[in-house]
Amino acid sequence: MNGIFLLAFKLLVNDRAKFSALVIGITFAVFLMVQMTALFAGILIRASSTVINIGASMWVMDPSVQTVANSIGMPDYLLDYVRSIPGVKFAVPLYSGAALLKLPSGLYQTATILGLDDTTLFGRPQLLQGRIEDIYAENSFIAVDDPEFSKLEYPKIGTRFELNDNRAIISGIAKVASPSLFGMPTLYTTYYRALQYVPNPRFTVSYVLVEPKSQADIPGIKDAVRRLGYLALTADEFIAKISAFYKFQTGIGINILVMTVMSFIVGLSISGQTFYTFIIENMEKFGALKAIGATNRQLVMMILFQSGFTSLTGYGLGVGLIVVIIAIAKLRLPDYASTINYFNLSIAFLMAAVISAISSYFGVRRVLRIEPFDIFRG
Amino acid sequence: MPKVAIKAVGVVKTFGEGAAAITALRSVDFEARFGEMPYIVGPSGSGKTTLLSVLSGILRPNAGSVVVDGVDIWKLDVDSLASFRLHKIGFVFQDYHLFPRLTTAENAAIPLIVKGQDWESSVREASKYLDIVGLKERAGLPPVKLSGGEQQRVAIARAISSRPEILIMDEPTASLDGETGRNIVSFVKRNILNENRCIVVVTHDNRIYEYASRIIMMEDGRLKGEMSVPHS
Repeated sequence: MNGIFLLAFKLLVNDRAKFSALVIGITFAVFLMVQMTALFAGILIRASSTVINIGASMWVMDPSVQTVANSIGMPDYLLDYVRSIPGVKFAVPLYSGAALLKLPSGLYQTATILGLDDTTLFGRPQLLQGRIEDIYAENSFIAVDDPEFSKLEYPKIGTRFELNDNRAIISGIAKVASPSLFGMPTLYTTYYRALQYVPNPRFTVSYVLVEPKSQADIPGIKDAVRRLGYLALTADEFIAKISAFYKFQTGIGINILVMTVMSFIVGLSISGQTFYTFIIENMEKFGALKAIGATNRQLVMMILFQSGFTSLTGYGLGVGLIVVIIAIAKLRLPDYASTINYFNLSIAFLMAAVISAISSYFGVRRVLRIEPFDIFRG
Repeated sequence: MPKVAIKAVGVVKTFGEGAAAITALRSVDFEARFGEMPYIVGPSGSGKTTLLSVLSGILRPNAGSVVVDGVDIWKLDVDSLASFRLHKIGFVFQDYHLFPRLTTAENAAIPLIVKGQDWESSVREASKYLDIVGLKERAGLPPVKLSGGEQQRVAIARAISSRPEILIMDEPTASLDGETGRNIVSFVKRNILNENRCIVVVTHDNRIYEYASRIIMMEDGRLKGEMSVPHS
């Protein structure tokens, strides 16, 4: 390491009390920022869980749909129309709704019902127990073993429920990539059984799931669907639409944003003030270095190194801490919706860098202004 | 006759502006040669430290010139002047200004580190200078574990570690008892001063006058001539 950086490093870390306060400030801020944004990311992913779990390339829906859970029924002919669009490899219907279950204990529980196309079972989940063909058996439903599974009282194959006064029998237990946000267990069945068991308005197709022949066909499919007054979105676009709804049309986005900004301000306040105090306390040392012959550039590099090193250390500790906390929370609380991804790590890194930059800016200003003559004067 | 180390001509320094302006140096001429250790003495507020700062390139005068080892230092830009100080001038500050969180050897190595030398070789080289000032055994201790006289010697080791031709000592005995102060200055004269080095000392401690090459009196921002050096 260049000697001047090692000098900066030793001046920083040998002042253990200040260094600890600096690192704790940034660790705390990063911890809170990542926690907030991870929570939001988790909520957004879970809000799109059906889109992720079904895995269709394109979704056709009513333009008024905001979230996947609040589908608006579309007429049957739309399915035939979509199938007739050039560039469509195949199109199948999906039923998405909710129904009240009467559990074996006699308690009631609302569940999400997903009805898969009878012919293809497109979007079927991966089974942990049972065989997929048993979904065609009389009264058959597949339960999803996700964090809400316990609300079905841990059913096994053969467990019976009442669903809108119809008998329902569990024929398989499945797992899915992403659990649901809404705290309801999920049951898969066939499209037509779903229509029979769940009361519906006149239009029954919740979504048309489309597989285009190629990526180049997507714009044409979208255009053809739009001409009929409906909306076709790719899976990513649908997830983005759902995310936008939660970000901008509910209070969740703004609340998370406020909390994240507050975490940033707390981190900035603690680290900024402590770093500034550190610089002030070392001002005569910087002045002595300046008198000895250190250039302004060297002094600025020392301060930037000190604030950068502190920020990186705090960032690493903050991320490590939140990873451990989230891992423990997920072990204890299956419903805990937090996901750390590159985006929230980048946001926290950026904010830690801003804290570092602002903290060092004021320090640099002071150090550049100090006159070595002041050292002579004492 | 030895070469001129420092030559200042017509140096004026004023602090503040307008009615509040205070003139600390009034057209001062000063000269020091290699191999000598001149003292600048005078009462507090006479301008000694201001003159020392101007001579050593850390306080820009309002008028006049300062030539150090043939270089008109106040014609240099800020970075060149910093580099000049680093390579040509060593400082012993009144309050030492040692880094309490570094070891004695690391403190002595600071000019070498600032020069861009790597840490290990700087500390190794600085240890030689600690040996010169008699503190080799204390190399691993922080300055707070040393006495005042020892801290002053660390400051001297730091000042000479970059092998400067000019050594500036500002009130080197101000924080020391009489005997320690005399020992330090005597040590500097015997071991640090040589024909290639000039040591300028600002002091008002008459107990160390006997070690001076010349004693230049200063009052009200003017040099008032020289006084005779007392014999021990």
